[in-house]
Amino acid sequence: MAQRVLDRLQALRPEAIVESGSHVGDEIVVVHREHLLAALATLRDDPELTFEMLTDLTVVDYYRQTPRFEVVYQLYSLTHRHRVRVKVRIDEAQEECWVPTATALWKAANWAEREAWDLYGVRFVGHPDLRRILMYEEFVGHPLRKDYPQNGRQPLVRRPDAPTTDDQTTRLLEASHDRRTSG
Amino acid sequence: MSTPNLDVRSARQAGELPLSPSLQAFADEAERLPTEELIVNMGPSHPAMHGTVRIVLRIDGETIRDADVQVGYLHRGFEKEAENTTYNQIFPYVDRLNYVSPMLNNVGFAMAVEKLLGITEQVPERAEYIRVIVGEIARVADHITCIVASLAELGGLSAFFYGIRAREHLWELLEDVSGARLTHSYCRVGGVAWDLTADFIPKCKSKLRKVRGLVGDVRKLVERNRIFLDRMEGVGVLPAADAIAYGVTGPCLRGSGIAYDVRKDKTYSVYDHFDFDVPIADGCDNLARYLVRVEEIDQSFRIVEQALVQIPPGPVIIDDPRYAMPSKREVYNSIEGMIAHFKHIMDGVKVPAGEAYSFTEAGNGELGFYIVSDGTGRPFKCRVRPPSFYTTAALRQMILGANIADIVPTFGSLNMIGGECDR
Repeated sequence: MAQRVLDRLQALRPEAIVESGSHVGDEIVVVHREHLLAALATLRDDPELTFEMLTDLTVVDYYRQTPRFEVVYQLYSLTHRHRVRVKVRIDEAQEECWVPTATALWKAANWAEREAWDLYGVRFVGHPDLRRILMYEEFVGHPLRKDYPQNGRQPLVRRPDAPTTDDQTTRLLEASHDRRTSG
Repeated sequence: MSTPNLDVRSARQAGELPLSPSLQAFADEAERLPTEELIVNMGPSHPAMHGTVRIVLRIDGETIRDADVQVGYLHRGFEKEAENTTYNQIFPYVDRLNYVSPMLNNVGFAMAVEKLLGITEQVPERAEYIRVIVGEIARVADHITCIVASLAELGGLSAFFYGIRAREHLWELLEDVSGARLTHSYCRVGGVAWDLTADFIPKCKSKLRKVRGLVGDVRKLVERNRIFLDRMEGVGVLPAADAIAYGVTGPCLRGSGIAYDVRKDKTYSVYDHFDFDVPIADGCDNLARYLVRVEEIDQSFRIVEQALVQIPPGPVIIDDPRYAMPSKREVYNSIEGMIAHFKHIMDGVKVPAGEAYSFTEAGNGELGFYIVSDGTGRPFKCRVRPPSFYTTAALRQMILGANIADIVPTFGSLNMIGGECDR
């Protein structure tokens, strides 16, 4: 049944697909980054696919391989009860290490993308609020990258050049101040 | 005297009793006073925040104008540790993800590794039954904890004590089986560590009877209580469409009227051998989530009772030296056994290269494990899909516009588990 998902996507968005296949019963499709949002939107909106739920989003770091990162989306359809895994491969260079955000498609992407940014340093372009979520703002680096040492320790110290965790509070405060004076 | 202020005042007072002039002046003065929005920190150290969540609130009086939910205070680097640990050594770590129902995490992780190994079919049936029994007991413990902890936060402390007594009965059962009260580490790749104790079945039946009684007592204490209903009904509303968009699963999704339960939806283990229902409530509010949990406790009891009757005799772990540790008798008495043991501890179970996403129904919803293997005994990537993380993401929407006091039951009904959310 799930093979139908890949066939349907192949029929609707042939230009997006790099490769597709299945492994231990999971359907996997790798898409081009420039067609990612279109492919995801098709997966969500097509009546035969209807993936209403972004179950999970994560990144795999294939260190010392090119492209280095794989952004992985796990989708689930409540209507048809099928699943698919969508992957995008991106390179590690600073200007290449990004994918477009899926927050407009699923609200779940908001926190999931923040976590992926926090732990892997993959930027989600267009994300409304891309800041760290599990680590603190003063943290340097991205801990789940393979080149981050497992026993790397970073005590929480204030750095003058880094945004602090309390910036969020300040921002909310400023927003409320604007509202107060303008209203 | 024809200031606009007066017009507003007269319009406002239409149909009301006129105030005395001095009181009226006072009321007008109060009306003109500027209000100020405040930033308030709720948590991370707050009795109702279960220890680990911080909510930055922008409030106008009692009303929440904006909220920023900040998680991560319990981040221990589970995934990083797992990448450097053999598969069977990860079981103690997954115990500590959801520390209210560790058995369910054990089962979920074991199934993910088995899926990648391709041995799902070869796990002995008795092991599957044991997993279901201990898993459902853990689910009941999880739901009871969620319900009574949020009741305690609403002021119903006696309900909390009743519930904790019930949970203690369940944990005693699990301690009998696994040797540990809370962090069981009872599952293994390919089965479970050892068989049930000889007197488990009669003990389980008597404990279940006691727990049923206690849960009934808790329900009688609160379900017709005005305070409880006022604070639960219509509070913390999460419409079904939003719940789906946020990726909310488990009791919270079923409380929004969507009958999605992995146990029914994609039956795994031996859940197809049992007759049970998936309760839903369509209130989308705290009360709906409470009702779903209460009903699920009953359904879990039904499953356990059926499983105790059906459970077949036989081995409890796969009979294959590549996946199962040799018995201690072999380890101490034969050189082959000792070498096999050594290889298991040092190298771990060799998992063929590939990747798998396996998902089970944990206490809070879909618990997924996405494992990427490079062919060694340690996972290349071990991602856990924590149900609490996605549920907590929906909290902001649920409390916007509500009162500060509404956060307490709403947050309680989500059953956010810090260990699982922050990993």
